[in-house]
Amino acid sequence: MTDVKIGVLAVQGDFAEHIDRLHEMGIEAGEVRLPAQLDDIDGLIIPGGESTTITRLLDIYDLREPIRALGDAGLPIWGTCAGAIVLAKTASDLDRPNLGLMDIDVRRNAFGRQVDSFEEDLAVEAFGPPAFHAVFIRAPLIDRAGAAVDVLARLPDGGIVAVRQGSLLATSFHPELTPDPRFHRLLADLAAERRRGRRSRGAAAAGG
Amino acid sequence: MVATNERPLTTTGGGPNGAAETGTWAVKRGLAQMLKGGVIMDVVTPDQARIAEEAGACAVMALERVPSDIRAHGGVARMSDPDIITAIVEAVTIPVMAKARIGHFVEAQVLEALGVDYVDESEVLTPADEAHHVNKHAFKVPFVCGCRNLGEALRRIGEGAAMIRTKGEAGTGNVVEAVRHMRQLWDDIRRVQNMPDDELAAAAKDLGAPVGLVQQVHELGKLPVVNFAAGGIATPADAALMMQLGAEGVFVGSGIFKSETPEKMALAIVKATTHYRDAAIIAEVSRGTGSAMRGLEIASIPEHEILAKRGW
Repeated sequence: MTDVKIGVLAVQGDFAEHIDRLHEMGIEAGEVRLPAQLDDIDGLIIPGGESTTITRLLDIYDLREPIRALGDAGLPIWGTCAGAIVLAKTASDLDRPNLGLMDIDVRRNAFGRQVDSFEEDLAVEAFGPPAFHAVFIRAPLIDRAGAAVDVLARLPDGGIVAVRQGSLLATSFHPELTPDPRFHRLLADLAAERRRGRRSRGAAAAGG
Repeated sequence: MVATNERPLTTTGGGPNGAAETGTWAVKRGLAQMLKGGVIMDVVTPDQARIAEEAGACAVMALERVPSDIRAHGGVARMSDPDIITAIVEAVTIPVMAKARIGHFVEAQVLEALGVDYVDESEVLTPADEAHHVNKHAFKVPFVCGCRNLGEALRRIGEGAAMIRTKGEAGTGNVVEAVRHMRQLWDDIRRVQNMPDDELAAAAKDLGAPVGLVQQVHELGKLPVVNFAAGGIATPADAALMMQLGAEGVFVGSGIFKSETPEKMALAIVKATTHYRDAAIIAEVSRGTGSAMRGLEIASIPEHEILAKRGW
């Protein structure tokens, strides 16, 4: 259906849910546990999980710098919940380095402890109706979004929970836990765009 | 929390407005989904909790004593002192679990009030009720419960458990019971999955499990909630063994802080759990971890001290 391959960072967290969703949509998807598995992907998902665990394992297996370099070079990357924390410029109470690719500041566990985790319907202007049903689990909140960052969704009180910066996406919630495929589709479209761009550049280089 | 945010927190009920729903099945089960592929470590002090977090634990279990000490001390084992739980909750940013006795719904209420993220209704503590487990639907905090087979798992899920762990035999450092329970669970699941639809009701009767949940297992080919392994995991290879046998993550109790070098053992078990199919990595991380905890032969444990038999 879509001629792209999406990698899902699989060091810890709900990577299987993302992969299942992409497969249901007819999109090729594979696990990324080691740097070599980044080689042939057109997009990357950093899933929900524990951000301290994921950042620790990114360092141990030398994944941080390769992913940062790919993000800088335009690889579409989407972080959900913990993944948003990993992509952010700064994250509260995180005592280890993250990727810092997106110009956002996030506050970890911004809504309290697990008993405060919640579900909420969000209006996402870029998608139009219906509302996106969002599941927030010990979720982070985006306290600041830089000038180059588009806000895609807010909570009713204005809190920022979904953003886009070029080909980078971050959501505080978990679209992989609900049936709505629109965020996964957005990433796949960005990945397809990048693949086409690289192909035409490749053809131009070959022709020149 | 940091003080740099400009927006006041407005979330006593969890959501920012009246429409947000807390304590739903999706958020209870969802937290367990976020823990997958990770290691949950037993800790008895804030320092141990920080060591666990630093090593990459995806959650900690806050306890007064690890299971091997509970076993050694004997007597009645109860919920931990709230001071210990609170100190651990304040020491780390990862989720904190704590144990309540089987059927002791007031201990569970206390743990919920203390703000723990998951309650383990655990056979490691002395049961408070020999007939009834806690009605876990009545809580906003999610529960994890132990099982030895599919019937036991589905009874707990029917009562509201949002996560399951196979029981193994806690505090032994001997993985044999964990393996037995995980193999039994998957054997039961495969049997139900391959059964014709018209045999499911009789299977539910035999399993002693709600027929609706048996139907779900038949369709999914797995439990409808996340399933970890527990009870006797003491080395990186033990953790990877349980993952290869179909666990979605592991609990390590006495195995870390009763080992010779807890920092190294903790990190090695985290790495082996992520790379559970990669024997070269498991070999590498197993170097220099010192000796694992001293183990117990199951046959040497008196019948009445077998923890896995608690609960039904």
